[in-house]
Amino acid sequence: MATEGLRENETLASLKSEAESLKGKLEEERAKLHDVELHQVAERVEALGQFVMKTRRTLKGHGNKVLCMDWCKDKRRIVSSSQDGKVIVWDSFTTNKEHAVTMPCTWVMACAYAPSGCAIACGGLDNKCSVYPLTFEKNENMAAKKKSVAMHTNYLSACSFTNSDMQILTASGDGTCALWDVESGQLLQSFHGHGADVLCLDLAPSETGNTFVSGGCDKKAMVWDMRSGQCIQSFETHDSDINSVRYYPSGDAFASGSDDATCRLYDLRADREVAIYSKESIIFGASSVDFSLSGRLLFAGYNDYTINVWDVLKGSRVSILFGHENRVSTLRVSPDGTAFCSGSWDHTLRIWA
Amino acid sequence: MAEFERQEANMAQVPADPSSAETADPEESSPNMIVYRKIEDIVTRMQDDKTGGVPIRTVKSFLSKIPSVVTGSDIVQWLMRNLSIEDTGEAIHLGSLIAAQGYVFPISDHVLTLKDDGTFYRFQAPYFWPSNCWEPENTDYAIYLCKRTMQNKARLELADYEAENLARLQRAFARKWEFIFMQAEAQVKIDRKKDKTERKILDSQERAFWDVHRPVPGCVNTTEMDIRKCRRMKNPQKVKKSVYGVTEESQPQSPVHMPSQPVRKTTKEDFRKQITFLNMQIERHCLKMSKVAESKEPSQQRVKRWGFSMDEVLKDPVGRDQFLRFLESEFSSENLRFWLAVQDLKKQPLQDVTTRVEEIWQEFLAPGAQSAINLDSHSYEKTSQNVKDPGRYTYEDAQEHIYKLMKSDSYARFLRSSAYQDLLLAKKKTENEQGRRTSLEKFTRSVGKSLASKRLTGLMQSS
Repeated sequence: MATEGLRENETLASLKSEAESLKGKLEEERAKLHDVELHQVAERVEALGQFVMKTRRTLKGHGNKVLCMDWCKDKRRIVSSSQDGKVIVWDSFTTNKEHAVTMPCTWVMACAYAPSGCAIACGGLDNKCSVYPLTFEKNENMAAKKKSVAMHTNYLSACSFTNSDMQILTASGDGTCALWDVESGQLLQSFHGHGADVLCLDLAPSETGNTFVSGGCDKKAMVWDMRSGQCIQSFETHDSDINSVRYYPSGDAFASGSDDATCRLYDLRADREVAIYSKESIIFGASSVDFSLSGRLLFAGYNDYTINVWDVLKGSRVSILFGHENRVSTLRVSPDGTAFCSGSWDHTLRIWA
Repeated sequence: MAEFERQEANMAQVPADPSSAETADPEESSPNMIVYRKIEDIVTRMQDDKTGGVPIRTVKSFLSKIPSVVTGSDIVQWLMRNLSIEDTGEAIHLGSLIAAQGYVFPISDHVLTLKDDGTFYRFQAPYFWPSNCWEPENTDYAIYLCKRTMQNKARLELADYEAENLARLQRAFARKWEFIFMQAEAQVKIDRKKDKTERKILDSQERAFWDVHRPVPGCVNTTEMDIRKCRRMKNPQKVKKSVYGVTEESQPQSPVHMPSQPVRKTTKEDFRKQITFLNMQIERHCLKMSKVAESKEPSQQRVKRWGFSMDEVLKDPVGRDQFLRFLESEFSSENLRFWLAVQDLKKQPLQDVTTRVEEIWQEFLAPGAQSAINLDSHSYEKTSQNVKDPGRYTYEDAQEHIYKLMKSDSYARFLRSSAYQDLLLAKKKTENEQGRRTSLEKFTRSVGKSLASKRLTGLMQSS
């Protein structure tokens, strides 16, 4: 009863306006650090030389839209998943298929390679994340060795192994992220805070790896402490769903790609957005982003079938890559930075260098 | 048509805690709608002749006229001029996408791409725009193909794939084909009443509509959706509207349709959580930034200035602070504190002046004062008189004396002090170490340095 009295004066409207004014205050505080634009400081930085990137390999074999892909640490193998329920492991040099498994559901939206290279994880409309060990037996039956690890109450949108094969981090359409123990399937930590589907996540590059960033349909990018489950920082500057987030190589910043046709760079120490990568002629959403090894370039795949390469510091577009015949849905730079791979709704994957 | 599986029924789950407040029209913020509105803005501007739109003309051809067309190259040129596109290829690509989405179409081809030549294009009617969330049923398509066969016109002849589609639909709708036939006849009747030129235009627009929703085999179906975003589609549960206004009693819910996500209103509790979180963010941000500011040591130039004159020290808040700390370490800070208190007195509002004057007297001048300052007897006499009629300038004389005293004594000692000397020297030592944590400028400078050496080299060149 006492608490009822305290809250008497709080109408929905007053709470809403308080929340709005606090949002404004936070932005005000953040703006105080705004002494100079990133691209202005970058004027002193040496310009990038011209370089040409072309498709060097095309991986054909999926029967429907390619939705996700990941590189193996050996810088050569790739796992990809598709709307037709198939998950395929490729050798990107030879374009040979090394393993293939058919999931019991369609729309396998997430897949990941284990750090050891000995297993892959995937999931999608089945609301689960399953791990498949990779063997080199002649008549391999991958489906038999499947291990169900994560269980969400809606589709699995992203998954990633942490530093070891033992833990997996997942993001889901149920609005949460979760950390799982692979062996036991136990939930180690869950992350609540997004107001809508979580579409992507990326682990911080540090060896001590304790944080990760997630992006969702609530237009927010949130940085989490893996041990406590708390949200450390939150950014809400995009105008639409955030489809992809990726840490800058140093771990001090991250980039995002959104349906509002922009990519943005957020600095974690300054606690604010520091760059927007956009053009009047780019009107379709960015579906996936990744940095070059040094972090100077940002590769972004778009729903207009193209890949735009951005100069991260100067904010300008360096190159536009044509080739795919439908939306680019996934994009990752290889671990050694010599190439990147893109997957598309045109059923193919392309290796660019 | 995209085939959705039974598992997709899972999509109806409501997320845990939506914190975004409801907007006027949640549909407008859905990803597809954002793109549609941008394209619509482009095509509207393109058709506006007052602001440099493309030339839309009626072209003479043999015995007839082709109304309301524009060439592909005109569209490409317009896009390059108005959207700051430098490369023709890029403009063609964007134009093709606009066509593929259904906003512009070639009048003589089912394949929706843009060519940079004299090929004629027409703009789609707003009625058929994708933003109206059309999901035409096969019954509508059947009616359309059927009525095409009823009209004896060369230009309306069915393409091979259309003839195949029609045959398939006839088999599928065998039982209600009479109904479809009747609807088609009714449409033909309606069409006949229209003006000849208008009909040409409408027929082509209608065909372009079906080219989007029933594309030529091999062409991209731009109506395919990312399943993760489907929940925000307009009216997913209502009976889909028919292009030809056909309403059937027994029009079943398409089994492939997903139940819509009930819009959960933001509750008081949601807002309270938001407020707590925002407060925490603001606190963390300010704490983080204040730590950064604290660790910020004054620049060498600044520290050097303090050596020019005592005024420079007193002008700079950081200098004042350093000076005060030094004096406190010598237990002789009362002079400076008195000086500062008198400076502050001058800024006080009138109503507080009397009280402040009394406080200063008690602290620094009264017999047995805690921080007794050393005034000569003449000055002391004058001041005690002034205090009887308190004002902002009561201590002006005393302050001047103290100022001279500090200048000749304390200030010199300060400059000689190890504290000051350390600051002067310390600046040189830490300039290199510090850089990384304080400002954006320093962040990019350090990044720029490390990048200058790591160029993107060693690209995989073999193919």
